[in-house]
Amino acid sequence: MLQILFDALSLGSLYALGALGIALIFGVMRLVNFAHGDVIAFCVFALLWPSTDAMAIVFAGQLPWYLLVPFVLFCGAGLSVLCEIVVFRRFRNANPATMMIASFALGFVIRYFLLMLFSSRPKSINLLPELSQPVEIFGARLPLLQLITIIATMLILIGLTVFLRRTRFGLEMRAAAENFSMARMLGVRANRVIMGAFALSGALAGAIALIFVAQTGTADIQMGAAIMLMAFIATVIGGLGSLAGAVLAGFLLGAASVVMQVMLPIDARPFRDAFVYGAVILVLLFRPQGLISARGTKERV
Amino acid sequence: MSLLALSDITIRYGRLTAVRDVSFAMNEGEILFITGPNGAGKSSLLRAIAGVTPVAGGRIDLAGHEITGQAPENIARLGFSMVPEGRDVFGSLTTEENLLVGAGMHARDRGWRSRAADELEAVYATFPMLKERRHGQAGLLSGGQQQMLVIGRALMTNPRLIAIDEPSLGLAPNINDQVYERLIALRAQRQLTLLIVEQSSARAMMVGGRMILMRGGQIVLDGDARTLGSGEAIQAAYFGYEDH
Repeated sequence: MLQILFDALSLGSLYALGALGIALIFGVMRLVNFAHGDVIAFCVFALLWPSTDAMAIVFAGQLPWYLLVPFVLFCGAGLSVLCEIVVFRRFRNANPATMMIASFALGFVIRYFLLMLFSSRPKSINLLPELSQPVEIFGARLPLLQLITIIATMLILIGLTVFLRRTRFGLEMRAAAENFSMARMLGVRANRVIMGAFALSGALAGAIALIFVAQTGTADIQMGAAIMLMAFIATVIGGLGSLAGAVLAGFLLGAASVVMQVMLPIDARPFRDAFVYGAVILVLLFRPQGLISARGTKERV
Repeated sequence: MSLLALSDITIRYGRLTAVRDVSFAMNEGEILFITGPNGAGKSSLLRAIAGVTPVAGGRIDLAGHEITGQAPENIARLGFSMVPEGRDVFGSLTTEENLLVGAGMHARDRGWRSRAADELEAVYATFPMLKERRHGQAGLLSGGQQQMLVIGRALMTNPRLIAIDEPSLGLAPNINDQVYERLIALRAQRQLTLLIVEQSSARAMMVGGRMILMRGGQIVLDGDARTLGSGEAIQAAYFGYEDH
């Protein structure tokens, strides 16, 4: 029972962090950033030395953890800010559909850049092996990694909440997410807020990359897409633009996946995702605005 | 030199011309009403000054700088503060947070808190009601309270010129009177220049000052509100009788 709870929480953590990265950017510029998944993949490959071999040559990944973590977060933030400056800045006033397509294109650019350097074969990579040891809590044997994942996610969420509530930059970001042009008329600098959102979102992508690669032990240029899909669904269920909703829906999705894995009859288990997405459709039928509807996305008259 | 000067401003939305060759200037300390019927281009004009609506032609100068085509945040830094139509409070933020959004602009990051605290006290002194509701969600304030909040928020940027778009919209007449009382008091207290858009010229005649009447994207009358407001000229201009 406890095992299920922890499974659900750790999978949910991944989805919640992913959804948060998307919701942050959607909040300030109404952009659904489909390149987010590829930023995650980029962060994973930033640990490796470019080679097309099946065995990964771990390069930056050999750093001790207290250097490794900032390095990966920085890679994510850096790439994400670069995307903003080079690409999204030119689409600032474009309509959301145009921006979305630009983000798809950008995602492909990043993916094929990785393909060029690393080939498309998934590589096995053993990152921080000491984390796979089991620990015993309340009679359940859990991988230490799972515990760390959950704790790290909680710390990130708390940190982000404090940042958004207590700092001037956080305040400006919340105001801009609600009504961007009003915030600007009060002197909030558009570029600063948007770049900040991209940096945060990129750092979250870095965190996901670390967790994911430590959990699965493989690096695959396609890996971003799978998380991105779930994370995107979580932001939609949560109410696009609502950060709390994104996190909540991320955890719900994680829980739904794990619970169905356990509860469904054996024959139906391969179709687990179909059931999860079915549940998503149901939620959206009854609450099309999402679980927590974000203010400011409403139509203005 | 005038604080705000518009020359030959034209604003287009696609093929529709909302404002055509409008020019006027405002001096420091002046109070100017822009009135006129729906669709006269009043709001477009304000939004163009604020930098959120692009102009198709003409030039705008504020406090000795050309601001045509500048970003809204830079125009705000020159002392222009806008209270848009429909008030636009940040509904999910608290009352105090709404005010604080406007406070950061002139201060460097370090001194932000203390400077903001001074500004907050000044605004709370003018609008005690806001202090009572400081930790409440701004979206839950009544219309009149929200109007006071956005005026307070505009003050937090320490502006020289405040532009207000239809402060009467959706407010009960007695609440509206209160809003204007505070505005007039503030103007005297802080040597503010006020640019107010209203549909009806009644308020302008009551308060006094200068009045510009717009119709069809152009200025039809410009003069003292009290003398302009009395005659048939204004009725004719307002309803466009000369067209019939």
